[in-house]
Amino acid sequence: MKIRLRYFGMIAESAGKNDEVLELNDGISAKELKARQIERFELPDPESVQIAVNQNLEEEVELKDGDEVAFLPPFAGG
Amino acid sequence: MDKKKPKKVFVQGAIPPEKIAGSIANHQSKTNIGAHSIFLGQIRADEIEGKTVAAIDYSAYEEMAEKVFHEIRETAFSKFDITCAHIYHSLGTVKTGELCLFVFTSSAHRKIAIEACNYFVEEIKAKVPIFGKEIFEDETHQWKVNK
Repeated sequence: MKIRLRYFGMIAESAGKNDEVLELNDGISAKELKARQIERFELPDPESVQIAVNQNLEEEVELKDGDEVAFLPPFAGG
Repeated sequence: MDKKKPKKVFVQGAIPPEKIAGSIANHQSKTNIGAHSIFLGQIRADEIEGKTVAAIDYSAYEEMAEKVFHEIRETAFSKFDITCAHIYHSLGTVKTGELCLFVFTSSAHRKIAIEACNYFVEEIKAKVPIFGKEIFEDETHQWKVNK
């Protein structure tokens, strides 16, 4: 299945890109993908990373084809 | 004021002071309003390890941010008896001393307008996926985190 990943702020900086599409095996959870990408990019301060699946903050969910997973660093609006 | 319709929140660059004056003027015809509350976020020239912040470069997960702004609006309208509410947030570079957030709530009475305005500001800071790169005068940077 194809999953679109998007990276923001300091995570995009560490990843060296804003987005990518990954071909993943069925059955992977958002949480597993998060751990995998944190390790792959050696993201600093991994506890601060939140992920949004199709714009909802959640990680205890199994991914399905076409999902968009966003990697979000701490919010800094205002 | 149609509270159901999602509104455009993001503006490119700093929010001009004239926009605030214009918004106030736009409400003078709404004579059921007795109080406005306004919050303005301004870029502070923080000094961090001997370096001074010159600007913040804002970015956002825009699609999700617009959705969250809409949810905050919906909740605010259900919690507070406000007549209307307007939110503007900057994207891109905003220099120190310039405005990056404008929240404007109106109600028949002051307490509700003030409480609702405060609610919006706290919710925006906590829940909206906006990211800020603090750019120092020597052009190095660090990433801002809301406290």
